[in-house]
Amino acid sequence: MRNICLYFQVHQPYRFRTYRFFDIGHDHQYYDDFSNRSILQKIAKKCYLPTNTLLLELIKKHKGKFKVSFSLTGSFIEQCKMYSPETLKSFQDLAATGCVEFLAETYSHSLVALKNDKEFAHQVKVHSQLIEELFGQKPTVFRNTELVYSDKIGEQVYNMGYKAMLTEGAKHILGWKSPNFIYCNAKTPKLKLLLRNFKLSDDIAFRFSNQGWSEWPLTAQKFSSWIHEIDKKEELVNLFMDYETFGEHQWEGSGIFEFLKAFPAEIIAKKQFSFATPSEVASKYEPMSVLNVEHPISWADEERDLTAWLGNNLQREAFDNLYSLANDVALIEDQSIRQDWYRLQTSDHFYYMCTKYFSDAAVHQYFNPFKSPYDAFINYMNILSDFTERVKKAPKRENNVIEEDNHIRKDAKVKKEKNN
Amino acid sequence: MFGWEFPPHISGGLGTACYGLTKALASQDVEIIFVVPKAYGDEDKSQMDIVGANNIPIGIKRFNFKDVVKDLSYVELGSNLIPYVNEEEYYNILNNRFESEQFISQTDENACLTFNGGYGGGLMQEVANYAVVAKSLVAMFDFDVIHAHDWLTYPAAIAAKELSGKPLVVHVHATEFDRTGENVNPFVFDIEKAGMLAADKVITVSNLTKGIVVNRYGINEDKVVTVYNAVDKVDESEGIHFEKGFDDKIVTFLGRITFQKGPEYFVEAAYKVLQRTKNVKFVMAGSGDMLEKMIHRAAELGISSKFHFTGFLKGDDVVKMLNISDVYVMPSVSEPFGISPLEAMRSNVPVIISKQSGVSEILKHAIKVDFWDIDAMADAIYGILQYSGLNVMFKEHAKDEVDSLKWENAALKVKEVYNAAISAR
Repeated sequence: MRNICLYFQVHQPYRFRTYRFFDIGHDHQYYDDFSNRSILQKIAKKCYLPTNTLLLELIKKHKGKFKVSFSLTGSFIEQCKMYSPETLKSFQDLAATGCVEFLAETYSHSLVALKNDKEFAHQVKVHSQLIEELFGQKPTVFRNTELVYSDKIGEQVYNMGYKAMLTEGAKHILGWKSPNFIYCNAKTPKLKLLLRNFKLSDDIAFRFSNQGWSEWPLTAQKFSSWIHEIDKKEELVNLFMDYETFGEHQWEGSGIFEFLKAFPAEIIAKKQFSFATPSEVASKYEPMSVLNVEHPISWADEERDLTAWLGNNLQREAFDNLYSLANDVALIEDQSIRQDWYRLQTSDHFYYMCTKYFSDAAVHQYFNPFKSPYDAFINYMNILSDFTERVKKAPKRENNVIEEDNHIRKDAKVKKEKNN
Repeated sequence: MFGWEFPPHISGGLGTACYGLTKALASQDVEIIFVVPKAYGDEDKSQMDIVGANNIPIGIKRFNFKDVVKDLSYVELGSNLIPYVNEEEYYNILNNRFESEQFISQTDENACLTFNGGYGGGLMQEVANYAVVAKSLVAMFDFDVIHAHDWLTYPAAIAAKELSGKPLVVHVHATEFDRTGENVNPFVFDIEKAGMLAADKVITVSNLTKGIVVNRYGINEDKVVTVYNAVDKVDESEGIHFEKGFDDKIVTFLGRITFQKGPEYFVEAAYKVLQRTKNVKFVMAGSGDMLEKMIHRAAELGISSKFHFTGFLKGDDVVKMLNISDVYVMPSVSEPFGISPLEAMRSNVPVIISKQSGVSEILKHAIKVDFWDIDAMADAIYGILQYSGLNVMFKEHAKDEVDSLKWENAALKVKEVYNAAISAR
């Protein structure tokens, strides 16, 4: 039987407060706690809690035939612990069904993969440990922030021990090829790639409630018929989207929950497709072909590239300045600095500085707490300036904290094995 | 006296100048009725009457004089600033030719014209409305001289002169050439010229401006008098003490981020300084139509981590900024006077000013460079930061120099101009 792979991205950034020039050196509290709490709680109420409840019902109802996968960022999980523990609990309930897979990603939803290999590996490891601790499963499939992928990143991910990775089925990469197969990395063919079917994914994520769309209203029956129209040779349909699609981007009144409720039964009844998790499909299928991706791709905007985060001088300047601190931060043990270091890397901050105002402006505006990209940039640079001062002054160790951390774990492992 | 805006409702340094001047005049037994388009009610009214033109009933409707006086008594001091006319406004002006006779003015239920105040949309309409109101003012008040600050008030002042036959003094704080370089808005130019021609005396804030008035507007040199601005002795920074939270030294630009103020030269000079020393932060405080361009330029040069933008600063924040500044730079392309370096010197901050500023005519203890000479500017910044001798010398003498610039002296000169204008009749 062919497969459908459902994957949801769950992320909330730590939004910054208005941080003024005069605050530099005086105040090291960077976050707008009120917004962060109220936004998380609002979305938990509108999306996370009701959707988790619905998914749990569906999984029980279909007795193992309905499966989904998630990746939860570290910054989302941290904020859940603080502001909405019941949300975290509901994800744990889902994990307990055995029908839900949790993927690995960067701890703070960062774009570190583009900049610093060591730091990238470290962040992925920290995230993976957190997932294992909370959900009792060690991730085997990796999803990078915003599905950012290139041959080089894929190679590194493979070297970190992952067997498969998710990315975008970008048109300019695939050409005539179909996203509905497994592909593999150009440098290390052992890393399998799952490609997002952006047409079908975006029918739900972007177009569902658009009344100007010729296919509106989208019913589960209609959507299922589209899936069944796919050529019989094509093995796999990857529907990847933001989890906030349910109840937040597509609000409750649009019928999105009814759609989700009816969708699994439509698929299961026809017996042509079954639901599977990313690690299951990665084991099941062999790669159809090698995918060459020299320049990084992502799932954002029309261009499917990095321009939403690193498209203009402001963004690149902020990004380069941030990572120029990486070597120093790696020598610092101070937990508050390490914490801020992660949070400063969150890709959303760079997204707020985007000056592309065309096709995707509406999406950009929706997520942006700042009045203009310039405000976002100034605020970020002020915070970064304060952070830089702290990094300069903080006591440093001789050994790299990250490497030593790896070292200690290896030691512990060896000891453990010896004891056995 | 006709102004356009009034402390605390000001959008720039001109407000400060008018405030200082009128206060000093009042203390020298000159009675002043200060007229602004809109009185908010919270202006400093300790020493003069401030009349909001929005409170002056016009037309044939009768009004109770006492009620009006009660209304009037709430405003005080006026300051007018140069409006910044941008392309869009220019376009609007071209498309709505100003023909004063054809203006239809909106009145509210009390037959008072409504004014927005400030420099927002409909500026031209407001200038025209202001002139209409002047006619009512002439009937209501008794006065000897009409004193108008900058072009926005000229139509009103000319109307007042025609109706009353009293002498007119126009005070040029800036010209259209300062604001726009050579891209002069002919409409504004015409008003400026008409005002200067109609005036019995023209006061300019520097010889630089006097030169422009004589050469570019063709005004007879004999009727133009330079009266330098001063700076208020009262130090607002008293009681405010702010310390920076880092070791880097701070180089500050404080002003509107517009063509006139030369912000791009500051950015380029900053880049040069940062090639030589890293322990310095540059701050561009203010807002304006070139802000975004400057942010981009700083990012392009890769100096954003050392180059900060604060946005527009008000009141205490200005004092705080000066408190922590090690150098103050005013790279203005064309600055008729430039009060802000005096404020910096008063706060013991060494200043670098462009030779193209009026204030450079009277200051000795400041480094003067051509606005376009970014190498000299970078050298000067670096010198003050690195060589403490220079720094100490500036600090020792600069404050005394500023303190010797008194509004009382300026007021005395203005009073002489008044007398000359009256006696010439």
